[in-house]
Amino acid sequence: MEFPGLFNYWIVIVLMMTGFYIVMAHGNLIKKIVGLNVFQVSVFVFYISMSKVKGGTAPILRPGLDEGVEVYANPLPHVLILTAIVVAVATTALALSLIVRIREEYGSIEEDEIIAQENNQEEDQ
Amino acid sequence: MIAANLPILQVIAPLLSAPLCVLLRRPGAAWAFALAVTWASFAIALTLLSQVLESGPISYEIGGWAAPFGIEYRVDMISAFVLVIVSAIGSAIMLFARHSVASEIRRERIYLFYAMYLLCLSGLLGIAITGDTFNLFVFLEISSLSSYVLISLGQDKRALTAAFRYLVMGAIGATFYIIGVGLMYMMTGTLNIADLAVRLPAVASTTTILAALAFLTVGISLKLALFPLHAWLPGAYAYAPSMVTAFMAATATKVAVYILIRILFTIFGGVDVMAGMHVGVILTGLAVIAMFAASTTAIFQPNLKRMLAYSSVAQIGYIILGISFASETGLAGGIIHLFNHAVTKSALFMVMGCVVLRVGSVNIRAFDGLGARMPLTMAAFVIAGLSLIGIPLTVGFISKWYLILAALEKGWWPIAVVVVLSSLLAVIYVWRVVEAAYFRPAAADAPEISEAPASMLIALWLMTGASVYFGVDATRTLDVALGAAKLLLVDRI
Amino acid sequence: MNPGSAILLALAVPLTGAVLISRTGFSPNLREGVTLTTAGVLFALVASLFGEVFAGARPEVVLFQMLPGLNIAFKVEPLGMVFAGVASFLWLVTSIYSIGYMRGHNEKNQTRFYAFFAIALSAAMGVAFAGNMLTLFIFYEILTLSTFPLVTHSGSSAAKRSGRIYLGLLLGTSIGLQLIAIIWTWTLTGTLDFQAGGILEGKAAKGVIGVLLALYVFGIGKTALMPFHRWLPAAMVAPTPVSALLHAVAVVKAGVFTVLKVTVYIFGVDFLAELGVSDWLQYIAAATILIATLVAMTQNNLKAMLAYSTISQLSYIVLGAMLVNEISIVGGGMHLVMHAFAKITLFFCAGAIMVTLHKTEISDMKGIGRTMPITCAAFLIASLSIIGLPPFGGMWGKWYLALGALEADKLVMVGVLMLSSLLSMTYLLPVPLRAFFSKPIAGEELPEGIKEAPWPCLLAIAITSASILLLFFFSGPILAMLQLIFTR
Repeated sequence: MEFPGLFNYWIVIVLMMTGFYIVMAHGNLIKKIVGLNVFQVSVFVFYISMSKVKGGTAPILRPGLDEGVEVYANPLPHVLILTAIVVAVATTALALSLIVRIREEYGSIEEDEIIAQENNQEEDQ
Repeated sequence: MIAANLPILQVIAPLLSAPLCVLLRRPGAAWAFALAVTWASFAIALTLLSQVLESGPISYEIGGWAAPFGIEYRVDMISAFVLVIVSAIGSAIMLFARHSVASEIRRERIYLFYAMYLLCLSGLLGIAITGDTFNLFVFLEISSLSSYVLISLGQDKRALTAAFRYLVMGAIGATFYIIGVGLMYMMTGTLNIADLAVRLPAVASTTTILAALAFLTVGISLKLALFPLHAWLPGAYAYAPSMVTAFMAATATKVAVYILIRILFTIFGGVDVMAGMHVGVILTGLAVIAMFAASTTAIFQPNLKRMLAYSSVAQIGYIILGISFASETGLAGGIIHLFNHAVTKSALFMVMGCVVLRVGSVNIRAFDGLGARMPLTMAAFVIAGLSLIGIPLTVGFISKWYLILAALEKGWWPIAVVVVLSSLLAVIYVWRVVEAAYFRPAAADAPEISEAPASMLIALWLMTGASVYFGVDATRTLDVALGAAKLLLVDRI
Repeated sequence: MNPGSAILLALAVPLTGAVLISRTGFSPNLREGVTLTTAGVLFALVASLFGEVFAGARPEVVLFQMLPGLNIAFKVEPLGMVFAGVASFLWLVTSIYSIGYMRGHNEKNQTRFYAFFAIALSAAMGVAFAGNMLTLFIFYEILTLSTFPLVTHSGSSAAKRSGRIYLGLLLGTSIGLQLIAIIWTWTLTGTLDFQAGGILEGKAAKGVIGVLLALYVFGIGKTALMPFHRWLPAAMVAPTPVSALLHAVAVVKAGVFTVLKVTVYIFGVDFLAELGVSDWLQYIAAATILIATLVAMTQNNLKAMLAYSTISQLSYIVLGAMLVNEISIVGGGMHLVMHAFAKITLFFCAGAIMVTLHKTEISDMKGIGRTMPITCAAFLIASLSIIGLPPFGGMWGKWYLALGALEADKLVMVGVLMLSSLLSMTYLLPVPLRAFFSKPIAGEELPEGIKEAPWPCLLAIAITSASILLLFFFSGPILAMLQLIFTR
């Protein structure tokens, strides 16, 4: 097996697991969102890697310049991932604004403090 | 002209109406506009269903680009059925929404609320109608993002954390889904669902496709709150505005189930995933645990919205159980329960909305003596509750009948026993409320309250009536469910 | 009238009655007038079917299709005819009785009471006339649910507790066991229609049939077969007319009626007799008969005693069904009728004593025969009928059951019947004997002279106890009707 051949995919897995771990393990809400972003970025890398065709060039028709070029990279995943990036940005924006509201209400963005407050509230009822 | 473009209108009408709704700004006008759009969607969905029933699946090419290169909208029996469920529930809920939203959402935010609602609706409808896996992801995110916002608008501050948790889980689920789609694309070079179905069997035994199946199933299971991935659901349902809970409980998880059905029976339809890859057994096991664990948890909840949320997790277990049988009867049972549970649960959450409006709490103590104080609302609760249990002449009975039938057909009688036992757990949590409402006197200092406003009662009784009507004469819904199951399993188109 | 529409009217009339009753709550006289009229019309409708069924017609009507291949359908056959006749006649009598009782006892929410009563009767008619097992099951469940508000009528915490047991056991057995049995039958045979000779013959192995039979017999919780009998004593918190009609006639008899019907029309008598899978259930029934009798002997509360007596008597009918021969089934049917009249009289008397003298415990009822001679005489008549002595109707049920046991070569079951009869003397007879021959309890003032219950109560008691006597001499038509089950 050629080393660089699957290198990208190893990076994808490392990024994915790192992000996933941060989402699960960190109590700070901002860090959770950072983790979520790392997690999503791994998917972007994954899509872009898979569109690469060995020996292929950018899939742009340039009259006069691309003579003799027969192999292009697959452009579709790029397009798809642009959409996914937009979605990820929107998710992050929404998450951050939720965090702002949470801080206003709870005075904290640490999950354990928030849960402690919520438990108190439940006992009050 | 319009008739030919119905599939795209189904999605685009609510999608474009959302920004228009923002322009309206006045709460009353925004509500009326959203109501009109939702009802129009419902009319379109009904037309599509009748067209499909008459002349088979409809394929619509966006922008004239033919599939598999362009995005295809495809309406077959099951997607038309899901479209009708979503838009029907949406229409009834809009009727319900006016007073409920006015009392729970700050006035200056109401028009934004309805804009978000329309976005969510168009996302859900889009999921059901699209024939393209990536387009499906986009719609999934449209509906998810708007539903995070809708949930976070709940009055209780815990709505914010619930929305945040749902956001994290939802984003992970959607990312898993997109990884699965990418893996399938690597092996087949297509994103079109029908095309994938044709090309997958050739490469089905590769690790890549196995991984794709795993990512897709886990990702969607997160969205549909399959046990043990349901942790986000109780909080989100408990603290969201009443109208949002009623809408989400009846539609969002159901649409996610639809995606799962599509993946397992259409995309992987040519591959023996249920038996050969043991997906069936895993789903059966999880479904059975969901039915028991969630029903048992529901019994101990003092907050009744949370109780109903746990009940939803259990009911999703029923649906998944039906699907996991991978037999015509079982799949039909799952699909019919999709409809039946949507109708029943939206009625139950509407009751909660009425009680929140008049009493201001959904704690079980708040229900003391409500049987006499809000007779129409509580009568609806009793009927819908009986449907949840599965008493004959309600839709719940039809679902139970088919699920037990499917289990017995396979000779899996322990599963049949489990189905009835978990419906007996439902007796306990439903009856807890009935006893509070009818046997406990209202607290001495309880304020005088009147019945909920007429518009809310009409919506509530529409759903309650539907859960009786389709339980008495189930032939129509069953025709569709059985037809859809046959299409998915036998004809495979 | 077209018999098909008579069937549907028999279901619709009580329902319409319920609506009218709930609308006329403002005027008790009008409301009770509606109740009586409805009951009268219902009885006339049921009676109008009698002649045709007797002549061999089996009128049927399909209401609509509920599930693909499964209809909500009705078909009148002899067994259902007898059950419907008994239930509708006794509803009429009970309506008269409850006017006196409910007013004399100053019960609350009487409108709700009468309305749900009417709905329960409609459900009982549905059970009686059901043409297939699905229809029967649906009305069986409606009967459970519509009687729940009646059982918990007082709304006290005791009522709530009893309501839980009532609903829990009846729903639990019906959904947990009976529904599975029904769907299983459907998967085996592809039909749920009641057909002469049964539908299961040759469709499944002996073991499966045995399990199915057990699922049905225990799943029909309304038979109060042990160990699922607790709901019946619990339901005695209900007002007496409810106990009288529902727990001596409509609800419990719907249970044993269903067992008979399933035995005859789902399994088939010959088929079951051939397999012999019902033998162990005979012993369960026999055990229930004896144990419930023994428990009844220990009860001091009159209604509780009657409840256990009912449990024991119901198992006679289950025993009749499980002996699976034609005579024992006819015996079961006869006992269904005879026990209904006797037990309802006993409950009427218990209610009359409660309304007039406010006594519920047997030990307090010494000497009351001087104050309430008619009631106590009726109690004696009904007791003797339950015990099975001539010239009272109750004899015929036991007579044919015993013949059925002999036919099945089960001498031990004849012994059980005799023993139970002897034992039932020891708990039933002391009540009227003490009432007539003991001195009133020292220090307690009984009213001077004769003070009977309100006249509607008395009238109802008189009708039912007269019927007990008449049924001894004129049981012919009922017997002939029941024998029609097997001619065809």
